[in-house]
Amino acid sequence: MSNFDFEIIGRSLGYLFFEGMRFTLTLTFLAAIGGVILGTGLAIIRLSGGRVLSAVAAGYVNLVRALPLVLVIFWFYFLVPYLGQWLTGSSRPIHVGGFASALITFIVFEAAYFSEIMRAGIASIPRGQAAAGLALGLTPLQSMRYVILPQVFRIMLPVLLTQTIVLFQDTSLVYVLSITDFLGAASKIAQRDGRLVEMYSFAALVYFVVSFAASRGVQRLRARIAVPR
Amino acid sequence: MHRHQGRAVGYNWNWGIFWEQSPEGNGTYLDMLVQGLGTTLLTAALAWIIALVVGSAVGVLRTLPGRTAPLVASAWIELFRNMPLLVQLFLWYFVFPDLLPAPWAIWLKQLPNASFVTAVIGIGFFMSARVAVQVSSGIEALPLGQRAAATALGLTPAQTYRYVLLPMAFRIILPPLTSELLNTIKNTSVALTIGLAELTARARAVQEFSFQVFEAFTAATLAYLAINLIATLAARWLESRVTVPGYGKA
Amino acid sequence: MSSTAEPVIRIEHVTKSYTSGMPVLRDVSLTVARGEVVVVCGPSGSGKSTLIKCVNALEPIQQGRITVDGEQVGGKGVNLPRLRARVGMVFQHFELFPHMRVLDNLCLAQCKVLGRSRQEAESRSEALLDRVGLKAFAGKHPGQLSGGQQQRVAIARALAMDPVVMLFDEATSALDPEMVSEVLDVMVELARSGMTMMVVTHEMGFARKVAHRVVFMDQGEVVEDSPTTVFFEGAQSPRARQFLSKILTY
Repeated sequence: MSNFDFEIIGRSLGYLFFEGMRFTLTLTFLAAIGGVILGTGLAIIRLSGGRVLSAVAAGYVNLVRALPLVLVIFWFYFLVPYLGQWLTGSSRPIHVGGFASALITFIVFEAAYFSEIMRAGIASIPRGQAAAGLALGLTPLQSMRYVILPQVFRIMLPVLLTQTIVLFQDTSLVYVLSITDFLGAASKIAQRDGRLVEMYSFAALVYFVVSFAASRGVQRLRARIAVPR
Repeated sequence: MHRHQGRAVGYNWNWGIFWEQSPEGNGTYLDMLVQGLGTTLLTAALAWIIALVVGSAVGVLRTLPGRTAPLVASAWIELFRNMPLLVQLFLWYFVFPDLLPAPWAIWLKQLPNASFVTAVIGIGFFMSARVAVQVSSGIEALPLGQRAAATALGLTPAQTYRYVLLPMAFRIILPPLTSELLNTIKNTSVALTIGLAELTARARAVQEFSFQVFEAFTAATLAYLAINLIATLAARWLESRVTVPGYGKA
Repeated sequence: MSSTAEPVIRIEHVTKSYTSGMPVLRDVSLTVARGEVVVVCGPSGSGKSTLIKCVNALEPIQQGRITVDGEQVGGKGVNLPRLRARVGMVFQHFELFPHMRVLDNLCLAQCKVLGRSRQEAESRSEALLDRVGLKAFAGKHPGQLSGGQQQRVAIARALAMDPVVMLFDEATSALDPEMVSEVLDVMVELARSGMTMMVVTHEMGFARKVAHRVVFMDQGEVVEDSPTTVFFEGAQSPRARQFLSKILTY
C-alpha cells in the first residue's frame, strides 16, 4: 500500500468547489431548465402538431436517444461553430467557449429525454380536462398553458427531478473536452500532484453524497404530493 | 472534392476519406471505424452478461423475505446508481489497483488490455444496478398468490423463483431490459476516457488524422443507429417468441 | 363422523396478530377428522382465510399449535415443503402458473417435490384432468381458460400431490355466477369420495349438501362449531343466527 496523502483534498477544496462544482451545478441547473422547456415544446408538437411537424419532432427525439452522450458532445463541439457561422453569416466558424458549447449540447440532449417524460405526463391527463378548457372558451394553447401543463408538472415533478439527477451525473462527461467541471477539477489536481487515488475517491464520494441525498429528497417529495385516487 | 462557394472559409467535404489509408498503417479509415465497432460490440456483450447475471441475483435478493437480503441489495443498487459511470471507471482504473497488495497492483497495471477489462467490469457493475431494479420490479408485479401457490405445493423458495417467479418476471420486463441493453452499448463510449478504442474513440481518431470531422462522426452515428435498430428488432422477435398465450386478459 | 383416530388437522389455541399489533386470531381451536368435510364461514375480517393459511404455514402464528397428519406445522425437524405437499390448497384467484401449459402446471410439483418421473406425473395428471372434466385442455395455457375451468385445473393440481387433506380458501368467490356450480360440483364429488376437506366459503348450499360440521367465526374467534343440521336448524349463538339470516334471505 503506497502512502496516501488525504490532506491534498483539504488544500484543494476551494478550487474543487468554487471552480469545479460551480461549473457542474450551473450547467446542470441551466441545462435542466432549457431541457424541460425544449422537451415540453417537443412533447406538445408530437401530441398536437401536424403530421410533418410531429414526425420531425419524433425523429429528433429518437435520433438523440439512440446516440451516446459522448458522441453528441463531440458533434456539438465541432458543429456549433459552423452553425454559428451559418446563422450569423460570418466569414469563418464562430469560436464558442467550452461552457456555451456544453450548455447547448446538454439542453439539446436532455430535451429528448424530458420530452418523453412530458409526453407520458400529458397523455395521462384525462381528455375531459382539455375539453373543459375549450368549452370555457380558452384557445388550445391557453388550455395547454393554464389547465394541462400545471397538472402535468405537478404529477411529473419527481420524475423530472430524477432525470435532473441523471443530468447532474451526465455533466461529468465534459471531461472528454477537457472542460473543468467538478470531475475535471479533481482530475487536474490529481495529475498535477500525482494523487489519483485521493482525488478520484473524494470526487466519487461527493458525487455519491449529492446524488443520494437528492434522490432521497425526491422520494420524500413523491410521498408528500401523492394524491389519493 | 467540393469547395465551399464564395470567399468564405468553410468546411471541405470529402466522403471518399473512408477509403484512404490511415496513418496508423493498419488499413483504411473505414477499417479503423469497423475495428472500433467490433470493440464496442464485444465490450457491450461481455458487460451485459455481467450486468444480467449479477443484476438478476441482486434483484432476486431484493425480493426475498426478511430484512438483510433486501438491505444488501438496496445498498448495492444505491452504490452503483449514485455515481456517474465515468467516475466509476476512474475508480476501477486508477484507484482500485492501488488498494490491492503491491504484487497484485503491479500485475493489474501491466495488463495489456487493461482498458478493455476495466471497461467490461466497470460498465457491467454499473448496469447491474439498473438490471436489479428491473428484475425486482418484475417480480413484485406478479400477484402475491403465485408465490403462495408455489409454496403450498411444497416447492422450496429456490424452486419457486426458478420455475414460477423468474420465468414470468423476465417476460414482463423484456421491454425495459432491452432499453438497458441499448444503454449498455451506448455506455461503452464513456470508456474512451480510459483508453478503450471503441467506435466513438476511433471516430475521433479519424477526425484527428484527417480533419474530416463530419464524415467521421456521421459514420459513427449511422453505426449506432444501425445497432439500435437491430437490437430493437431482435428484442421484438424475442418478445413474440416468449409471449404467454392468453396472458394479460382481465 | 367422529373417529377415535388422530384427527388430520388439529388446531390448538392458536393466536395470531399482524405486525401492527392488530389481533386476527384469538385462541382458535378446532379439529378435522379423517374423511370429514368442515365448512368455515363468517363475515369479512373474521379471520377464516387467515386461519386456513396458517394450516400450511403460509402465515405464521404467535401462539398455539397446529398439527397436520401427526406432524407439527413449523415444528423443529419437520420438513415443511414435504409437509405442504401433503396438504392441498385451492386459492380464491386460482393462481395457476400462466407461463406453463395446464399439464405442466400439474406436473411441476409432482416431479420437483415428490420426485416422480415425468411419465408417471403426466399419466396421473391426465387422469385427474379427466376427473374434473378438462382432459382436452391439457395442452392449453391458463390464460386460454375461463375462470371456472382454471379453478377446476387448480383443484386437479392440488390433488396431483395425493394430499391427505384439501384446503379451500373461498374457492368460488372470484368466479362469475354461472361458473360457480361447475366448481362446486367437483368439490361435492371430492367430498363424497371421502377426501378430508376444510372449506372456507359463503356457499351455504354446498355446506348443507356435503359438510359434516360448520364452524362459524367472527372477529378472530370460533363462535360456533356444530354438526351441519344443528347449525342450520338451531344455531346456538345470536351472531351465527344473524349471519345466517342475512345470507339465506336471497
